[in-house]
Amino acid sequence: MRLELRDISKRFPGVLANDRISISVDRGEVLGMLGENGAGKTTLVNILSGLYRPDAGEVLIDGKAHVFHDPAEAIKAGVGMVHQHFMLVPVFDVVEAVALGAETVSGILGRFDRAAARARIVELSERYGLNVDPDAKIESLPVGVRQRVEILKALYRHSDILVLDEPSAVLTPLETDELYGIIRSLKETGTTVIFITHKLNEVLEVADKIVVLRRGRVAGTAIPAETSRQELANMMVGRDVELVVPKGPANPGDVVLSIRGLQVRDDRLEMAVDGVDLEVRAGEIVAIAGVQGNGQTELVEAIVGLRAIDAGEMLIGGERIGHVSPRHIADLGVAHIPEDRGRDGLINQMTVADNYILDTYHREPYSRRGVFDLQAVAARANQGVLDFDIRTPSIETTAASLSGGNQQKVVVAREFSRPVRLVVAAQPTRGLDVGSIEYIHRRLVEQRDAGAAILIVCTELDEVLAVGDRIAVMYEGRIVGVLAGAEATHEAIGLLMGGATFGGAAA
Amino acid sequence: MTRLSMLARRGATLARRGATLARRGATLARRGAMPALAVVTALMFGAIVIVITDFENLSKLGSDPLGALGGALGGVGKGYGAMLSGAFGDPGRILTALQSGSQKDIATAIRPLTETLVASSPLIFAGLGVAISFRAGMFNIGGDGQLIIGALGATTTAIALAGNAPAAVILVAAIVAGTVSGGLWGFVPGFLKARTGAHEVITTIMLNYVAAQVVLFGLRSDFLRAPGSGQPISKVLTTFVDVPSILDLPAIRLDYGFVVALIMAVIVSWLLFRTTKGFELRAAGFSLTAARYAGMSAGGSMMLAMFLSGSLAGMGGSFMVIGTVGQLSNDLSGGIGFNAIALALLAGLRPSGVVLAALLFGALTTGGKLMGIQSGIPFDLLFFVQALVIMFVAAPGLVRMIWRIKAPSVEPEVVA
Repeated sequence: MRLELRDISKRFPGVLANDRISISVDRGEVLGMLGENGAGKTTLVNILSGLYRPDAGEVLIDGKAHVFHDPAEAIKAGVGMVHQHFMLVPVFDVVEAVALGAETVSGILGRFDRAAARARIVELSERYGLNVDPDAKIESLPVGVRQRVEILKALYRHSDILVLDEPSAVLTPLETDELYGIIRSLKETGTTVIFITHKLNEVLEVADKIVVLRRGRVAGTAIPAETSRQELANMMVGRDVELVVPKGPANPGDVVLSIRGLQVRDDRLEMAVDGVDLEVRAGEIVAIAGVQGNGQTELVEAIVGLRAIDAGEMLIGGERIGHVSPRHIADLGVAHIPEDRGRDGLINQMTVADNYILDTYHREPYSRRGVFDLQAVAARANQGVLDFDIRTPSIETTAASLSGGNQQKVVVAREFSRPVRLVVAAQPTRGLDVGSIEYIHRRLVEQRDAGAAILIVCTELDEVLAVGDRIAVMYEGRIVGVLAGAEATHEAIGLLMGGATFGGAAA
Repeated sequence: MTRLSMLARRGATLARRGATLARRGATLARRGAMPALAVVTALMFGAIVIVITDFENLSKLGSDPLGALGGALGGVGKGYGAMLSGAFGDPGRILTALQSGSQKDIATAIRPLTETLVASSPLIFAGLGVAISFRAGMFNIGGDGQLIIGALGATTTAIALAGNAPAAVILVAAIVAGTVSGGLWGFVPGFLKARTGAHEVITTIMLNYVAAQVVLFGLRSDFLRAPGSGQPISKVLTTFVDVPSILDLPAIRLDYGFVVALIMAVIVSWLLFRTTKGFELRAAGFSLTAARYAGMSAGGSMMLAMFLSGSLAGMGGSFMVIGTVGQLSNDLSGGIGFNAIALALLAGLRPSGVVLAALLFGALTTGGKLMGIQSGIPFDLLFFVQALVIMFVAAPGLVRMIWRIKAPSVEPEVVA
């Protein structure tokens, strides 16, 4: 079906989230919608899916104007949503989860006709190459498959227009490739797809047409064949952006972090890190590549003192690390940018100032003998806000009300506010927009050039290649290969991430 | 030239200070608005209950509707009027008493007000304790147990020292002992949570029962029990140790325990917002993982918060037995530990708010007694009103619905 949005406007207190947005997509066309966080993508999607009603403008499906009062009406009109956060009942199996709310029933008592539902799900799954086991329990399925169940849910409800909201945020590179395949087969059968993302490569890969949103408006449109990453990035941010991380050659010095035969168990006491050898030198960035869940999280937690070491040895700046506290590690000059900043890196209900001193509050000048010097705290926090260009109304604003990029800047500002010898950054740019990513990368390179050793864990290949002076690939708890950044290619790393052994591995 | 620029600078500083003050005032008003509205709404519902339970008046509805309406309003006015004068005294009477200069008259006139403060005092202590533990993410439901164990500690110490030490020494020793015993009683659930993960809601509730039995057991001993009494009541302590009175008037119970309660509010506020320990407690309360990642000891914060929380409740109990109440009995607390939870929530877990909310609850309790005597409206209406206050505080959406107030608009996201 052909979808057209005409002059959609939506205002929230203090923000014009959508300002006369007009977009059209033809039947069987894939529209890539690109924009930074806060550009108005989510608002537009919520209007399309019936969660919000626009203040002005109209939604036309096959030329007919629709006003959706609730999501049910949008579904009825053929608009199917796949949200970023899945809405599936974990204890249901696939058939139950997909049919929930749209059950085929038989008899006067309305018995759920499971066989009919199952047959239809199997048929849909085969037609679109979704490859989902209809009898599997949702909770046992990996994230990538759960997403396909969500797609199945939309198709099951006869959706002809499928909206995917940041679908790749939770996927591995391989799963993302599979998703592209699914989108292509949807397109062939005439389904209209709207693919929302802030990743440039994805729209270039899969979209027929690209529309870029910025500050609630359409900043431009493009055809993949006729545009470039650079052009799209500039359109998104509204100025010229550095897509390549600007950095000179590394100048490696002394070994700062040295790990030999490290073994670490995860929460279920399985061996998550199983014999890792790794060295990070002053003045270099070592990027750990790998599909999420191959022991990177546990490795990082062990390095920063949050997880006990089972066997092996670890030295930071020559000091052997045994059973020590996170504070002891921090005192050695280790900065830690946690993987889940919202949960572990920040306290959302506390202010920017409080978060700025979250791990240095007990030191001078912030406090003396256990009592705060609030003026010193405010002065330093204000300085941090200035130095790191943190966009916040004041240092008394709660962290929760900042955008993701600014939250991460608070974390980075804090970690770099004390002397740093080693930076451990876990997925430091996940979920951030282009501008913030550029900024965080620049700061990491600055620290490197100032002589710090940088260890960065990444699941995105492009980022690994862009920042890593050396790239170590982790697979099933081991480092399966270390490559020099200059020589590494997508293919080589991709193979290693998938578990292939590499000639002359383990440098 | 320099003078001018100096003046200009001074002017700018003043303007900035003014703006800060105005902002603070607005923040205070915003913080206070919902709790105040909750109280008003609860009193309103209380009025409705007064009206519909006044059967004598309702029976007139058919024959004399206007009279019934007048009677209903009169009933509410009389009831709440009695409550007000029961809680704060009668201003006219206080004035004449002061003019007459008769100590007895003054005491009688201001007694409602001082009794309100007397009732508030343990509520302030226990409420501050609850605020600390809740701020640290520990749902301490054990205020009652901590309070009477504190009272037991104070009583035991006072009786043990009676005749062996000067009254001032006994006083300090009893309060310290009571505070520490309440603290240890609170520390146990904190320790269990930190070391074994045992949920503090369960353990604190259970320890309330244990505390009640411990006190009953203690009161069976001849050492503690009032001689010749068959009831679980201790010897009267105030015959040999008594917290000094603020006013030297006959039959006025108000003593310096109340002042200590206010000082504790200041100390708790300072502790929570000006010290690194308080920072750790608040951080742990918001996010245990983030606190751990920042190098804080989450278990340490839990144990400290629970110790402090129990200490404050225990201190409140101590001041009761050697001050306003004068002896230990098994029903000393009468639910103070639970009311403390309610008023701490009403206060938004802010120490200054705890003081205000405790004064309100104290006023309701003392005022309610007079209302019961003068207007025949049962004292139990107070529990009803108190419960409604808590309900409305817990469900601000409900109050907004009743008063048709728009929800505060969400802070617009700062554009990256």
